[in-house]
Amino acid sequence: MFKFDKLVFGDAGWGDEFLIATLMTLLVSILSMGLGLFLAIITVWAKILQNRITRFIANFYTTVIRGVPELLVIYLIFFGGNAVVMSIAKVFGYNKYIELNALTIATIAIAVISATYSSEVLRASYLAISKGQIEAARALGMNKFSIFFKVISPQVIRHALPGIGNVWQITLKDTSLISVTGLVEIMRQSRISSNVEHSPLTFLITAAILYLCLTTISGRVFKTLEINYSKGFST
Amino acid sequence: MIEFLNSIQNSLIYKNFFLVLSGLDNTILLLLISLPLGFVLALLFALGRVSKITLLSRTIASYIFIIRGTPLLVQIYLIYFGLGSVKFIRESFLWYALKEPFWCGVIALTINTVAYGAEIFRGGIQSIEKSQVESGLSLGFGKFLLLRKIILPIAIRKVLPSYGNELILMVKATSLVSLTTYMEMTGIARKIMAKTFAPVEAFIAAGILYLFLNFLMVQFVKYLEWKYNPHLRLNN
Repeated sequence: MFKFDKLVFGDAGWGDEFLIATLMTLLVSILSMGLGLFLAIITVWAKILQNRITRFIANFYTTVIRGVPELLVIYLIFFGGNAVVMSIAKVFGYNKYIELNALTIATIAIAVISATYSSEVLRASYLAISKGQIEAARALGMNKFSIFFKVISPQVIRHALPGIGNVWQITLKDTSLISVTGLVEIMRQSRISSNVEHSPLTFLITAAILYLCLTTISGRVFKTLEINYSKGFST
Repeated sequence: MIEFLNSIQNSLIYKNFFLVLSGLDNTILLLLISLPLGFVLALLFALGRVSKITLLSRTIASYIFIIRGTPLLVQIYLIYFGLGSVKFIRESFLWYALKEPFWCGVIALTINTVAYGAEIFRGGIQSIEKSQVESGLSLGFGKFLLLRKIILPIAIRKVLPSYGNELILMVKATSLVSLTTYMEMTGIARKIMAKTFAPVEAFIAAGILYLFLNFLMVQFVKYLEWKYNPHLRLNN
């Protein structure tokens, strides 16, 4: 039933393929988490700006993406991403066929999903900062730039870390959906291997164990970070 | 005017909308079975998790750990492809359910939601003030009566918002069952996208339906919150 001998490294087994696939999953997760955080900052900024149009766009984006299955968003970007990039390139006078590689599509798709969750976390932690602090910083003559980096950011990071940890776990698990686009990460690798070896149970359990390891280890990392960032912050 | 109506009827969004709509009943069917089943089992698992029987509590804790640590897609594939490849399962009565993508989906969704739900309900049960349990005991309530009249009603109404979140996640999770060849809304949308290469139109058609389903779910949870929190209503 469970064929251990198929998981050895080298030509006889799938061990090294799975190692590469695990690294690919990690890479996609980290890239899309980073891009997602960047998008989330823009979204939060659009929401707290006293501007009805930007707020509407940001709210529309988060509501739609969070109310629609992740798989549907991935299909949209997988089937439609090329056309969008090509039409943008056309504006700049480039008329040749462009094909995005699977990693780019995967990163963008997961980032678009992850950003909606991150933005809620970041917004809540921004609102947790009392207004008095920003006023105090302004009274000290700090400009907008240094208020953002010296007063707001450190506190937002501290407040947001537990929430961001949750978003990371969600993002990590969402990368399994990327297998439908053909990017060889853990899930895709397990499907390929089980099709070759006719032993789905072995490779799917391997995939489950790998995901479990990734989530557990990254959970530990975030715990450590939380302790680190809440130094001098009596709870 | 008639020309305008004709052009709407011939537009891709309009056609796709009804195509995707034909998958709505399959999506709802998945939810109708897995959500109530998941609710009941999650309550039982939460009670087991907080019970003083160490073995039971530990077993449920590790079940929750494993399910929450792996993607739903792995679970669906494990049940659909994995269990189907084991010979003695193929020969047992289980095969009647496991050969159907629909029942595999229901089983996987239920297993998944039970783990998340149990953790939510555990939070609710553990947040109940001790004095309420003590006053129940002082009135001579038995264990079962205490559970039925005090612990569960308070716990459930406390966790309604977070359980509502889980319900919405479940609506979205049904889309993954389409990867086991079960044709629900996402499966149909995928087919349209692959066939016509008009991803936006199919996305809009399916997206509207999913947003509508989730909107209904939110309203349902809001109604439950209103109904079971009479002390929080503004005018009474």
